[in-house]
Amino acid sequence: MTSVPMDLPTGSATRRAAWRAAWLLLASAVLTVCGASVGSTGFDSVLRMHGDPVAWQIVWDIRLPRTLGAWLAGALLGLSGAVAQGLFRNPLADPYLLGSASGAALGGAVAMAMFGVSPVAAQWMARIGITGMAFLGAAGAVVLTLILARGVQHTLRLLLAGVIVGVVLGALRDLVELASPDILQAMQAFVLGSTAFVGWMACGLMAVAWGLCSVVAWMLARALDGLTLGEATAASLGLPLLPMRAGLVAAMALATGAAVAQTGLIAFVGLAAPHLVRSIVRVTHERHIVLSSLMGAVLLMAADILARWLLAPQELPVGVLTAALGGTYLLWLMHRRTAQCGAL
Amino acid sequence: MILQGIDLQLPAGRWTSIVGPNGAGKCTLLKVLAGLLPRAAVQGEVQLLGRPLAQIPARERARQLAWLGQNEGSADDLTSYDVAMLGRLPHQPWLAPPSAADHAAVEQALRTTQAWDWRHRPLSQLSGGERQRVLLARALAVQAQVLLMDEPLANLDPPHQTDWLHTMRALVDAGGTVVSVLHEVSLALQADDMVVMAQGRVLHQGACDAPATHAALESVFDHRIHVRHLDGMWMALPSLQRKNNNQGIKGVES
Repeated sequence: MTSVPMDLPTGSATRRAAWRAAWLLLASAVLTVCGASVGSTGFDSVLRMHGDPVAWQIVWDIRLPRTLGAWLAGALLGLSGAVAQGLFRNPLADPYLLGSASGAALGGAVAMAMFGVSPVAAQWMARIGITGMAFLGAAGAVVLTLILARGVQHTLRLLLAGVIVGVVLGALRDLVELASPDILQAMQAFVLGSTAFVGWMACGLMAVAWGLCSVVAWMLARALDGLTLGEATAASLGLPLLPMRAGLVAAMALATGAAVAQTGLIAFVGLAAPHLVRSIVRVTHERHIVLSSLMGAVLLMAADILARWLLAPQELPVGVLTAALGGTYLLWLMHRRTAQCGAL
Repeated sequence: MILQGIDLQLPAGRWTSIVGPNGAGKCTLLKVLAGLLPRAAVQGEVQLLGRPLAQIPARERARQLAWLGQNEGSADDLTSYDVAMLGRLPHQPWLAPPSAADHAAVEQALRTTQAWDWRHRPLSQLSGGERQRVLLARALAVQAQVLLMDEPLANLDPPHQTDWLHTMRALVDAGGTVVSVLHEVSLALQADDMVVMAQGRVLHQGACDAPATHAALESVFDHRIHVRHLDGMWMALPSLQRKNNNQGIKGVES
């Protein structure tokens, strides 16, 4: 392997990206401790967990898996958002705008209705069934969006197709709920987005999906770099765009499907994480994807702790909180850009 | 059908410019030459250095033939160095980091286009002309035998247009082949050969200093330009008819 001279931009970018990644991992560790401590019994349970079986159960079986589950779901959504924005060359693209989240929700609803399972199911097969159906739903929705938009060249058509697919699949999900009223309560938690049902099994599934998607996205990141110069230039560089795109769409769909299947619809993390990374460091997609994934993880973990702490002992659905915070962030971003354009 | 009856042979080791009015099919022809159009959209065959283009594997083709497109995407988040390094993708094994040769090629390309000083800056912080020099460096970093360029002088100021002419001449002198689509006819006349197009057809192909080429140029632009020899160079001048009557705008004489 050739070492990169440190005075070259590539070397300094590597250093900067490594520092940001280290900071995000440190924040993750601190937030994990916070997540294990937040609850009706507070930090006491952490202190007493070695001698008290109840405290052990609270921390080990409830708080830790949902805290790590929030980290993993955020990491999946951050990764998915970074891939979507690179793939569609659009900073507004995120898994939800392209219909994949609606597809995943529909897949989850069908799984619950057909197999009589719920998000709290303890069986591995049930969990895998929901995740698999959510993945199929997400992948199907993205493919449908791409067919309707006739490719990815026309951004406006793509976003419109994504909105249409999202609305239609949302309506189909409502029909499934109407036909199977016993899944209504589970679906409500699903739609609001919550980490309350995440256990170690869900963490295991999300970890496997995150590992797979990260490797695939990282290996295909050069296609995203090439695509920043446009379709023709990327093709002129000898990049096999068709299989690379297919791989990236599959990774995006699996990441979204896995996150949505376990935590429901959690808005704005996939959109905001890549933007936040871009505002602190500009690097190639190889590093941008990893950093966006870590940023998404930290964001959702922090939001989940906040959702549990704000109205304790009651808790807010974390999807509601991310929608409120994410919407505010987007409004601020729009205002800042308008101000900058005005200044110009 | 955009192009019809094209039968062209572009000589290796020379610089050919393609000119013609808007909608003549210049950019489409360049894309056909680069193999960037879907095969179903092209009838006939393109050969690159004696081999059918369609039979050359994509990566090998990318090493032999560099492309600089018009309005290349918006790699705003990448630094100038990262953008230029994209030109080395055809030379890098999959997942391998850039080699010392890659770094050397990128540095040489950025220095050639005088973009080395802002190698750390993202493309979003550069002016239109600066961006164009970085994108040209990206194409040069490929170090391909053949360089195809679609409007490479967009946004460049006159001094940097001159630098670009010198760079192209140096490339050709070193044995390279350059094909460029240009709207600035005077700059296009500095090439070795010229292809004159209109309505999807090639009307003329010849040396830039040949009277027949000048006649074809004037004809394709409805004689609204004239080719003249000035200071040792062929230049295309607009044929403005002075109106010395009272219909013009009246000025105030002092």
